[in-house]
Amino acid sequence: MFSWDLLANAVVAGVLLGGFYAAVSLGVSLTFGLLDVVNIAHPAFVILGSYAAYAMNSSFGLDPILTGVLLTPLFYVLGAAVYQMYYGSFERRGEESLRGLVFFFGVLFIIEVSLSLTYGVDYRLVEAPYIGKSINLGGVGIAVRLLVPFAVGLAMTLALHLFLSRTFYGRAIKAVAQDRLALRLMGANPVQIKTIAFGIGIAAASLSGALLVTIAPVVPSTDRDYIGRVFAITVLGGLGSIGGTLVAAIILGVAESLMATFFGPSWSLAVSFGILLLVLAVRPTGLFGR
Amino acid sequence: MRTGGGLLAGLAVIVGGILLASLGVNQYLYFAGYVVLQYVVVATAWNILGGYAGYVNFGTSAFFALGAYTAIFLIEAVQAPLPVLILAGGLVSGLLGLGIGYLTLRLKGVFFSIATLALSVVLQTLIMNWDYVGGAKGVTVIRPGGPLFGNWVTLLFTVMVGLAVAAVTVAWLIERSWVGRGLTALRDSEEAAECMGVPTLRLKLLATTISGFLLGVAGAPFPYYVTYVEPSSAFNLDYAVNALAMSMIGGTTTWIGPVIGAVLLGTAQQVATVTISSELNLLIVGVVLVAFVVLAPEGIMGLVRRARGR
Amino acid sequence: MVRGLLEVEGLTKRFGGFTALNGVSLDVKSGERFGLIGPNGSGKTTLINCVSGALSSDGGRIRFEGRDITAIPAHRRTRLGVVRTFQIPRPFASMTVLENLVIPLEYAAGARDDGAAEAMEILRTIGLESKAHTRPAELTQIEMRKLELARALAAKPKLLISDEAMAGLSSGEVDHMLTILFRLNERGITIIMIEHIMRAVMLFSERVVVLDAGERIAEGTPDAIVRDPAVEKAYLGD
Repeated sequence: MFSWDLLANAVVAGVLLGGFYAAVSLGVSLTFGLLDVVNIAHPAFVILGSYAAYAMNSSFGLDPILTGVLLTPLFYVLGAAVYQMYYGSFERRGEESLRGLVFFFGVLFIIEVSLSLTYGVDYRLVEAPYIGKSINLGGVGIAVRLLVPFAVGLAMTLALHLFLSRTFYGRAIKAVAQDRLALRLMGANPVQIKTIAFGIGIAAASLSGALLVTIAPVVPSTDRDYIGRVFAITVLGGLGSIGGTLVAAIILGVAESLMATFFGPSWSLAVSFGILLLVLAVRPTGLFGR
Repeated sequence: MRTGGGLLAGLAVIVGGILLASLGVNQYLYFAGYVVLQYVVVATAWNILGGYAGYVNFGTSAFFALGAYTAIFLIEAVQAPLPVLILAGGLVSGLLGLGIGYLTLRLKGVFFSIATLALSVVLQTLIMNWDYVGGAKGVTVIRPGGPLFGNWVTLLFTVMVGLAVAAVTVAWLIERSWVGRGLTALRDSEEAAECMGVPTLRLKLLATTISGFLLGVAGAPFPYYVTYVEPSSAFNLDYAVNALAMSMIGGTTTWIGPVIGAVLLGTAQQVATVTISSELNLLIVGVVLVAFVVLAPEGIMGLVRRARGR
Repeated sequence: MVRGLLEVEGLTKRFGGFTALNGVSLDVKSGERFGLIGPNGSGKTTLINCVSGALSSDGGRIRFEGRDITAIPAHRRTRLGVVRTFQIPRPFASMTVLENLVIPLEYAAGARDDGAAEAMEILRTIGLESKAHTRPAELTQIEMRKLELARALAAKPKLLISDEAMAGLSSGEVDHMLTILFRLNERGITIIMIEHIMRAVMLFSERVVVLDAGERIAEGTPDAIVRDPAVEKAYLGD
């Protein structure tokens, strides 16, 4: 059943969703794209952020996005700690690939099961004044609960881009991705730089988790839906490109939205997986990769 | 271990299993024993690719569940007998392994791992949309009458004994063959192995296919075991975590490691599930996994080797 | 016309926007001792990676014993007799020195039985037999380099490419490695030596090719190369 209206709505929803997906993927773009640390547990940190926002919202009525922002320092510290553990146990010994992966997988599992134990497997959602509202723009309905995360996602992408290109630490992070020795000569400590980068990545997870629970209710296993999406986006965008992440996220969002509208919502996960496989098979460096 | 001795030992285990089954001991022991043996197969299968070749498969559940759902399909369609189910389950999962491998093994190992992680979720979605095998609400499987040993649990237990021996035999044969040596070389340094004449891509595909096949074989009897199958149980992430944890705990470089890990962790979990909650038990598995990978990455066999001074 | 053992024709390799090799051609004759030098970043290792098959090229052809091997995967080239060592040694860390050699013996040279005896012979030639049952982690720097060489030998090479095998070695150790390489050449193995240690290249090579910024800038005997102003400019700048 096709109609231009349906198509327009699907595309707009997809673009908005894409902005949100970019927020979720920024952390991985940073840690995997630039630092080569395969943090497959990132979606679990996102869900952790979602539950934190839920907890604050249901107990104190705090706006979820506000919670997300407020908790970023806490998540930053958490991220730094996790990286230090990863570095000390694996990277320093040069055994990062296999064991590092297993480590993060274990972390993912621990986070998910802990949330399950604490909150059970019922869907949790948040309440905020803008959820449920909708704006009408030229015949296309825009849900505000999608619009806000989209805007925040864009802002996060821009902020990260500026950080990486304009600040000392940002440039140091880009440098460490390319040449560790040069970084040393610059007087910066690569491990410290990577710790900062990883911390930022997880801090981003906090905020994007809040965005997530704003868009839809969550259960502990929701993180698994995002593993494929996040890595599909990072790979499609090209490792090391923040702008590429945004573009890829929007592409994925639109693809999923179209798929959901015309074929049913349960196929949307297959889209990200399909894109992931396609990119890996055809052009592993992605759209804008180094 | 010589080939003759090994074969004899395997036969002895099978005969022992059948004898045990004929004894008609407490049903629950067979029930729990099945799960532990199932994990022996799953961990051994995982380790052929993960431990021997160094390519981590996080989508263990996908291969296992595909074996189970192939069996369900054949049960619904033609009431195929158990041996056919097992073979078919193995073949389909083996093909899946080959397919995923072909698409991703030419890239860095990390991409293979990510792809397998996403694979599980996607396959689950596909199955949930396939009503013939029950879709999201699941399907009830009727066990045909007149099983050997008088009841199905005992029969399945015995079958699993056989499958466990078979899986371990496959791993053992690979390990001591030139294939095993090639896999070790490619795990140590894929670039050097390739330049020393090892056909790395072909060996990786072989390992992926065999691993997938054995996982499918482990999953095929599952429908008859539980009688009610729904996607969330068949695709449970537990299989992935356990396969990993058991292999790591036991030691990934040799066939004994996954067996030790499966027996230890599997039994511990069976005990824990009845004494404490099953969720807490899972949390413990996760913590144990992380602890081992950080502190004792070579597992129990690694510690044994160190103790022997090698 | 006598064909070369290895013929590289117009080899080009790009990494994104950077051209590492720009239409490089060279010929190595059977039994020759061939030197390949050039300043850092000139493309020497890239050339070797393309010849051995570790990298695929973007243009040009590679012929070995008259046969086009440009599209053949690395492990097959090794079986044909093109064997390289690694600049930074890459031993199989979980195996003993002896087991390290069994891999190429089995896979590249097609040894059917347990190649241990033959592997020991090779270790004896290189001077590593006392370390046969140790792990690579316990070897000294020069022993690691020798292991690289021994492993390459186990693959029964017709053409051996030695990639900076002597970097960081003492003068005596350099001489030692040179002796081994000379001995191998006497056995009929064609050797391409990539080195920064000029003394070694000059002593060893019959003919030298110089690369700079991905292009061939000079070719000739060691004496001629040393006097070539283009070479001096490449190394020292204007």
